[in-house]
Amino acid sequence: MSGTWISTRAWLMMLPLLVVMVAVIGWPLVDTVRLSFTDAKLVGTEGGFVGADNYVKMLTGSNFQRALITTSWFAVVSVAAEMVLGVLAALLLNQQFRGRTALRALMILPWALPTVVNATLWRLIYNPEYGALNAALTQLGLLDSYRSWLGEPGTALVALIVADCWKNFPLVALIALAALQAVPRDITAAALVDGAGSLNRFRFVIMPYLAGPLLVALVLRTIEAFKVFDIIWVMTRGGPANSTRTLSILVYQEAFSFQRAGSGASLALIVTLLVTILAVAYAALLRKAAGAS
Amino acid sequence: MERQSRLFSFFVHASALLLTLVILAPIIWLFVMSISPAADLSAKPLNWWPSEVDLSRYRTLLSAVENSAGAAFIASLLNSLKVAAMATLAAIVVAVPSAWAVSRTPTVSWSLYAVIATYMLPPVALAVPLYMGLAYLGLLNSVFGLALVYLTILAPFTTWLLKSGFDSIPREIESAAMIDGARLDQILRLLTLPLAAPVMATSALFAFLLAWDEFFYALLFTSDLRAKTLTVAIADLAGGRVSDYGLIATAGVLAALPPVLIGLVMQRALISGLTSGGVKG
Repeated sequence: MSGTWISTRAWLMMLPLLVVMVAVIGWPLVDTVRLSFTDAKLVGTEGGFVGADNYVKMLTGSNFQRALITTSWFAVVSVAAEMVLGVLAALLLNQQFRGRTALRALMILPWALPTVVNATLWRLIYNPEYGALNAALTQLGLLDSYRSWLGEPGTALVALIVADCWKNFPLVALIALAALQAVPRDITAAALVDGAGSLNRFRFVIMPYLAGPLLVALVLRTIEAFKVFDIIWVMTRGGPANSTRTLSILVYQEAFSFQRAGSGASLALIVTLLVTILAVAYAALLRKAAGAS
Repeated sequence: MERQSRLFSFFVHASALLLTLVILAPIIWLFVMSISPAADLSAKPLNWWPSEVDLSRYRTLLSAVENSAGAAFIASLLNSLKVAAMATLAAIVVAVPSAWAVSRTPTVSWSLYAVIATYMLPPVALAVPLYMGLAYLGLLNSVFGLALVYLTILAPFTTWLLKSGFDSIPREIESAAMIDGARLDQILRLLTLPLAAPVMATSALFAFLLAWDEFFYALLFTSDLRAKTLTVAIADLAGGRVSDYGLIATAGVLAALPPVLIGLVMQRALISGLTSGGVKG
């Protein structure tokens, strides 16, 4: 069989997927670009061409700058915490102890819990009048009076980050654990015989095995965290006083709450561009890491 | 073998206990809230253990009496099932031939990267035209419309997973059958697809879980019982004026049950899928 025919056959087999992708991804993306240069409303007004007005308005507005800072803060802190907690949990699960298999099975639970259920659960835990966190801290004598964790700008974002970390660090732990189990036993044993301390063993013997999978997890988690919407919408809707309003929440408000499709689209594309830059930077990082090892 | 000192062993066990507590406490609390009488949940100091087991919310939510909270909950549960099942089926149908083609044809494998790249797109980048398009087609607030939109997530995702699945089936098996005179459709039907059945099942489960979990598009594109999914119904409950927190918790428990059971039963397959790169956020 000739190579041309094989390629043609491959494209034919991919045709249904390509048609679907063009219909539900390609066309909407192109149309978002078109809309971003108009003053279209979500319903009714088609809108006329306004050039780059939307972009200028959005980029120079204080809402966007504040949401960008909030999003970056959320992404950096939650992903960093997830990585650290995940690796620590994986190192623990890689030890021998009774109940290890059961604990490893439990780690799947937070991941399996739907994001909205997780957000609802933590919203109940943080409840200002009857929440478990207030009750526990008060009963332990750590808190004098009940607080509104999600109702105060000072604590809302941190409370969200804790809820997000709880759901996602077990996933990082499972990925790290799989990598740890690939470290040959005799290598760690040899390092031990050679007198390497535990920190040195982690740094020079274990880390090379861990770096690749962790980097992939880091990339994907950062991109997900940068796009965060669900958990914030359910827990705070971006409040109080917009202190948890991330970029995705801002786009939602602009395009759907205020029905300004044009400026909403431009904002959405700015977010897309930022995510793309992140993805490309990370891809380069990954390739470099793959080349080094 | 590493000899463990007593102190180290104590430290390991203490940490394991702490980790178990961190993982389990919120989940157990969700369940306890769902079976505690309302008075226990609003007591100060809080009753950590129910004074009696109260299953009334489970009865409320699972009763199909017309216009009740239960009817609304069951309707959203069925909508979630329908949307997730339709979207998963459609995604697998388009993804299987493409994934096989990409796996066996190096010259077109670059197209897979284009497919994966779309998976990184934030949903907000597509939401406005999708809304307008669905409105134009009369598919807003419809399970078909939502299932169609879910293909934006499920199609790239399943293609990606299935491709790595087909990669692990040696192509020599297919070439051998080819030499013996089998046609391509026979090879795929009788040889490759049966071998790929476990991977296809895992991919379908992953896809189903993704659809079950989805919230953003469901929030935008559904508005009442005809199409509203479980995630939107629960967010409504959580953000509404429901005074019985136990009821909200019960809805959460019921919504979490299918994915948690799938997660526990499919543990091994899920973990290997997760670690091979298919990481869900």
